[in-house]
Amino acid sequence: MVPGTQRGKRIDELAESGSDGSAGISLAASAWRRLRRSPTFLLGAGIIAAFVLLALVSPLLAQHDPALRLLEDQVSRADNSIPEPQGDFPLGGDQYGRPLLSRLLLGSQQTLLVALTATVLGLGGGLTLGILAGAFGGWVDTVVMRVVDVLLSVPSLLLAVSIGALFQQQSRFTVIIAVATVQIPIFGRLLRGTMLAQRASDHVLAARALGVKQRSVVFRHMLPNALGPVVVQATLMLAVAIIDAAALSFLGLGAADTSTPEWGQMLGSAQNFFDTHPHLAFWPAGCIIVVALGFTLVGESLRDALDPKKRR
Amino acid sequence: MALLQVRDLSVRFVRKQEPTVSAVDGVSFDVQAGRTVGLVGESGCGKSVTSLAIMGLLPGRGTEVSGSVRLDGDELLRLPRRELDRRRGRDMSMVFQDPLTSLNPVVPIGVQISEVMERHRGMSRRVARGEAAKLLERVGIPDPGRRLKEYSHQLSGGMRQRALIAMALACEPRVLVADEPTTALDVTIQAQILNLLRELVAETGTALIMITHDLGVVAGTCDEVNVLYAGRIVESAERHELFAGPRHPYTAGLMASVPRLDTPRGNRLAPISGSVEDNIPWEDGCAFSPRCSRALPRCSERTPEIEPIEAGRWLRCHNPIEEHARNTERPHD
Repeated sequence: MVPGTQRGKRIDELAESGSDGSAGISLAASAWRRLRRSPTFLLGAGIIAAFVLLALVSPLLAQHDPALRLLEDQVSRADNSIPEPQGDFPLGGDQYGRPLLSRLLLGSQQTLLVALTATVLGLGGGLTLGILAGAFGGWVDTVVMRVVDVLLSVPSLLLAVSIGALFQQQSRFTVIIAVATVQIPIFGRLLRGTMLAQRASDHVLAARALGVKQRSVVFRHMLPNALGPVVVQATLMLAVAIIDAAALSFLGLGAADTSTPEWGQMLGSAQNFFDTHPHLAFWPAGCIIVVALGFTLVGESLRDALDPKKRR
Repeated sequence: MALLQVRDLSVRFVRKQEPTVSAVDGVSFDVQAGRTVGLVGESGCGKSVTSLAIMGLLPGRGTEVSGSVRLDGDELLRLPRRELDRRRGRDMSMVFQDPLTSLNPVVPIGVQISEVMERHRGMSRRVARGEAAKLLERVGIPDPGRRLKEYSHQLSGGMRQRALIAMALACEPRVLVADEPTTALDVTIQAQILNLLRELVAETGTALIMITHDLGVVAGTCDEVNVLYAGRIVESAERHELFAGPRHPYTAGLMASVPRLDTPRGNRLAPISGSVEDNIPWEDGCAFSPRCSRALPRCSERTPEIEPIEAGRWLRCHNPIEEHARNTERPHD
């Protein structure tokens, strides 16, 4: 690049930052300015946008009712045959003769719902624990963190499976609870660490030196500064939640009723046909991978953008 | 009676499986309204710990604070936390060393300033915003309306420190503790900030405790000076008296190690030999004696007590510099 253009660009940036000086530039605003130029973020955000859009409009796109065994006559146990792609059914049918493409499209809804709800619940629980431990310290911190340590000492999938198995009746709801429970200690521990760092920071000391109320010290001076890594983690956790939920469904701990399609459960029920009909597993697995990748890319680029050292 | 009375203040850090560290040991001084008192010493001598102890900002666990700090006769050291929170920012405030890290990076400075006034002066948010703009103007920040909406990273170093001073003075406290308020600033800004503090003290009658390692700052601002070494006051005097003739070898050493315009070029600075690590515990003798050029055998055997030597002047030394020998310690004489 010609040095002059580079300098010109820098001046443009300077001008940009100077011109909107009437209102301050918050951390979020400056992070957004950097994100807009990050290809990683754009790719990830594109995937997520497509995924969310798909979940919203899939009822319009799906040509068939995913619960109906429209191609049942082409299923044969004897010679292990499954409906091939044909006219109205571009991906053919599953082992019950249900339309695969329609199930795949509508499966995005359940996957999004489970991942989002579980992460919101996990985040809520984790924030509560982290704020308690980080804001008060002392014995509150000790008690909360011992509980968190116990939860973290169990491998996350094993924990999710155990919690899922606690319920008499398996359903989407139990999957959400199980995935959320796995996330709570992770968020809790992360926030506790950043809150403790904030507690020892100069500006919190300065706020206390001015007699700012404890509530305000915690929620105005500590929490907003401690949230950055948690936001990043939450984005990454959406990917983990999708994979965990799929794993639970795969292991048979998902909804017992398979009429509402869900990618993990589709993948699980395809395991008996891996050798003969790998495409049954390929499509839901591919969707899970791509969507999880999208959230991971966004999470990674958020982490870079929120890095205060790179802030301009 | 003095506005702020510090008596026999001691702070010890107690750690499990580690020897107890005595950071401040029996420090006493008074601050009158409208006066500036300096606490001077090198890193680790206990100046900052003293200021945090006065403000009640030391962590509760692992810290033992004893002695007495009275503001207008009210004992501060044993106040319950809520009461202390009500007084901090209103009756006493503090300005910290690093203005960048002492401001909250995610909250506009206007919110941070008005928060203090909403809290202590019971103002509504709107009134407080108006007052905050006036305050910024008073501490010399141009275009305060715009600056109120900005974040700390958008201000220059000098402006940040001015904003911090505005926050500290928002409720016109009677005591202001300034902990190395100019250390992180370049010299021209330093001079501006010191001028500002001087003006504000003169206008409001606030008592100022100036914590610094910089004798130039002391000379420019303080009325009285306490020199700390290893947690104890070794010399205490009116500023003019102290600069005219330091009696403690440590004070003299500090002064000799400051470069001066009238020092001939090519002369080396005269540092104090050794470092804080050479100290002996005060219980065994004078902590400074291993580094002291005037040390006598008894200096490392008997602990010197702090004693009045004339009106307003205290000294802790077995072998002080003679009064007639004033100024002979300068390296270029």
